[in-house]
Amino acid sequence: MAANESRIMAIPETHPEHEEYWKAAAEGKLIIKHCESCGEYHHYPRVLCPFCKSEKTTWKEAKGTGTIYTYSVMRKGSPYVIAFVTLDEGPRMMTNIIDCDWDELHIDQRVKVAFMQSGNQNNPGPCVPCFTPSMTENS
Amino acid sequence: MTIKGRAYIAGAFEHPMRKAPDKSVSAIHAECAKGALADAGLSFADVDGYFCAGDAPGGVHSMVDYLGLDVRHADGTDTGGSSYIAHVSHAAQAIISGKCNVALITMGGRPRSEGRSGVKQKIVGANVPEAPFELTYGPTAVNEYAMATMRHMHEYGTTSEQLAWVKVAASHHAKHNPNAMLRDVVTVEDVLSSPMIADPLHRLDCCVVSDGGGAIIVVSPEIAKSLNRPLIRVLGAGESSKGLLGGKADLTYSGAVRSGASAFAEAGVNSQDIKYASIYDSFTITVLMQLEDLGFCKKGEGGKFVADGNLISGVGKLPINTDGGGLNNNHPSGRGGMIKLIEAVRQLRGESHPKVQVNNCDLALVHGTGGGLASRHGSATLILERV
Ligand SMILES: [Zn+2]
Repeated sequence: MAANESRIMAIPETHPEHEEYWKAAAEGKLIIKHCESCGEYHHYPRVLCPFCKSEKTTWKEAKGTGTIYTYSVMRKGSPYVIAFVTLDEGPRMMTNIIDCDWDELHIDQRVKVAFMQSGNQNNPGPCVPCFTPSMTENS
Repeated sequence: MTIKGRAYIAGAFEHPMRKAPDKSVSAIHAECAKGALADAGLSFADVDGYFCAGDAPGGVHSMVDYLGLDVRHADGTDTGGSSYIAHVSHAAQAIISGKCNVALITMGGRPRSEGRSGVKQKIVGANVPEAPFELTYGPTAVNEYAMATMRHMHEYGTTSEQLAWVKVAASHHAKHNPNAMLRDVVTVEDVLSSPMIADPLHRLDCCVVSDGGGAIIVVSPEIAKSLNRPLIRVLGAGESSKGLLGGKADLTYSGAVRSGASAFAEAGVNSQDIKYASIYDSFTITVLMQLEDLGFCKKGEGGKFVADGNLISGVGKLPINTDGGGLNNNHPSGRGGMIKLIEAVRQLRGESHPKVQVNNCDLALVHGTGGGLASRHGSATLILERV
C-alpha cells in the first residue's frame, strides 16, 4: 500500500534565524548547519554548535541523500510514515518517508530528499524536507 | 549530601476512578491529597511543602491556593510522567535541608473524558526550539515509541512476541485489581492480533487512557516514626535528561542508564537486590528498554528477560507493576509515575493484593520515563526500603 499523501502537514513555526533554511527548501535544497570550529554538522539548526558551543556555525547544502535509521507507519487516521534518516553528512533528522510502498520499507534503506508543502491550498506553509526511497532500490 | 535514609514515604493514595467526566482536574488533586494524608494519619495543617507537575491546573501556585495550603516550600518540577518520582527525591532534599517536614505530592487528570490519547499529534507551546523541525512530520507518543521499538528490533532481534509478554504479565496482575481499567487476562496471541497502531506497536502494546490521579506524602524521619504506619524510607534516587544529541541520536537506550546508576550508587544496592520494581509502562517497549538500562539484564537481552512470564508475581524472577500498571490498571493524564510510586509503597507495606504480594518485599525500585523515548525525555529512578 502506498502512503496517503493527503495528510496535511502542520505549518512549521518560523523564526528569522531559520529564514535561509526555509528559503532553500522552497528551492528544493536541504541545508544543514556546519560548525567552522569543530567541523561537525548538527541538526536541528542552532546558533551555537551543540558540540563545541562555537557561534561559528554556517549553512551548508547537504547532498540530500541518506539511510533510514528507524521508521514507523502510523495506521490511525490518514496513514503516514515518520522516520529518522541519517544524512550522508552525519546528522539524523526526523522526517517523513513519502511516495513509497510502506510494506517494503526497511532500516538502512537508501533514501533521497523530496520536498512537500506544509499547510493546504488555502493556507500554504513552507516546503519541508521529506525523503523517498532512492530509485536504485525502489525500481 | 545524600538523601539515603533521611526521608520517608508516609502516605499514598490512588484515586479509585478511571473515568471522571464530572470532576474537575483540581478536584481530583484535592481528593488525592486528602486520601494520602488520611493514609499517613496527617492533616492538611501538617503540610509545609507542596509538589506538583504539568498536569496541575494553573501550576503550583494555583494549586497551593486552591488546596488552601500554608507551605514554606513549593516545587513545580515537570519532567512529564516521571515527575512524581523526581518529586520524592526533591522532597527528600528539601526535608534534609530544613525547607519542610511534610511534603505533599499530587497528580491528576482526565484525558479519557477529554478525548486525549497517544495517537494524537503532540502539542507544544511557542518557541520550543525543535518544534519547527519536528512537528510537521506528525510525531505522536505512539509513533515515537514505535520508532525506538523498530530500531531495538533491528539491532538486537527483539520480537513482537517478546514485547507482548510485558502486556500478558500486566493482565495477570490486573485481574486481581478491582479498580483496574482492563481486567481480562490476555495471551501473546491476543496482543499480536490486536490492531496495529504504529508499526510495530499494536493496540495492546499501548497503555490505557484513564482519568484519575494519586498523591504521596514524604516526611522527615522524626515524623515518620511518630506515625502508625510501616516505615518506608528513601534509599537512593537519580534523574537524567536525554535528547537527540544534536543529530547523533541513539534510540537504543534511555536516560535510565544514568538515573538508574545514580540511584543504585546512592542506595548502595544493585539490581539483584531488588524484590519488586515499578517500571514505567506507557508502552511494552518502555518496560523492556528500561529493564536493560537499569541493569536487570544486559543491553539487547530485554526481549529474553521479559518473556515466559518472568515479570509475573509468583511466577517470574522480577515481579513488576503488580497493580496491572499503565498497560491495564491506570495511566492518568498520560503520566504514570505517581501510580508506579503507589504500588511500590503497597508492596513494601505488604498491602498489595495477596495474589500478587511479593514475599518479604523490603527493597523496591521505581522508575519512570517522561516524554518521548525517541526524542527527549526525563528519567527518574527511586530506590525504597522497608525498615
Ligand atoms: Zn562545533
